[in-house]
Amino acid sequence: MIRSDILREIAPILRDQLVVCNIGLPSQELHMIDDNAKNFYMLGTMGLSSSIGLGLAMAQDKTVISIDGDGSVLTNFGTLPTIANNVTDNYILLIIDNGSYGSTGDQPTYAGKKTKLEDVAKACGCENVVTCAAEDTGTVLQAAIDSRQMTIIVAKCESGNIKLPVITIDPVVIRHRFMEAVKA
Amino acid sequence: MSISSKIVDDFVAEGVEFITTVPCKQLAGVIDEVEARPEIHHVPSNKEDEGMGLCAGAFMGGKKPAIIMQNTAIGVTINTLATLTQFYRMPLPMLISYRGELREPVSCQVEMAVHTKALLNQMLIPTYHFHKEADAAELPEILKYCFMSNKPVAILTDASFWGGYGDQ
Repeated sequence: MIRSDILREIAPILRDQLVVCNIGLPSQELHMIDDNAKNFYMLGTMGLSSSIGLGLAMAQDKTVISIDGDGSVLTNFGTLPTIANNVTDNYILLIIDNGSYGSTGDQPTYAGKKTKLEDVAKACGCENVVTCAAEDTGTVLQAAIDSRQMTIIVAKCESGNIKLPVITIDPVVIRHRFMEAVKA
Repeated sequence: MSISSKIVDDFVAEGVEFITTVPCKQLAGVIDEVEARPEIHHVPSNKEDEGMGLCAGAFMGGKKPAIIMQNTAIGVTINTLATLTQFYRMPLPMLISYRGELREPVSCQVEMAVHTKALLNQMLIPTYHFHKEADAAELPEILKYCFMSNKPVAILTDASFWGGYGDQ
């Protein structure tokens, strides 16, 4: 399975939650699969999906899922100690780890080599770290939502991309409709 | 009342409830004050762009955010300011220690100080410079302006404002 297969499978679970989605292809894929107001698409700013989601989870009570990639977590490694030390039980970080920078041409990341993000997260102090195979992502994600405990999920999948259009919604519209969904 | 207490009082009075900080020697007093206030959710960041991500999330969750950081962070956060804070039109008061100005003992700090206002100007970020303690009287209006306009706003606070570096 590749990332878009995972997103297609978990879309029915994501639909009821607030989702902050990583820059580039992940946002484009989620937008194509199930565009809705509860999705916050990052159009830029690689690395900050986990930070935006954590800030959002701290500010209100609804469950927040940050969808991130291995490359983006590597870009913003400082996020893992911040998450670990600010336990926020309505927060889930879903790292789709395909071992590559998918949006830029599938260059390999260090997470696809020796570095294990699940071990890094644990070393940073994150308490609930679950590693799963791509096909189990939905089950693990639903369990994390039901547990109401902050959870870091590292879902391992193959690298690869599908062809799809860029998101053309104005960023202020994305932000406004998302904020309305947060308040609803 | 100390200037740090007055600054944090102004944040609280304007409804700021979420503050992220990356430390600077000049900001130690104000960071202690932020940490001590029950009205404020204080989340230390490891890097300022990470902090701006937290602030963006907090804002979308209904909280007024702010970031406290050193001016060297302008070099770290240009992309985040442009593609997140400004692109999505989010407010962000940035209380910034303006290192490398008069009374600075560390020469390297001057290297970013000379770029600080130019970069903020290039980014079209409204910028205020507190040089004397009385300048802080404008802080409540600056915060109102920031949340009215949904823009990042910079408040540069130099060594003279904070009373210098003691015996260095």
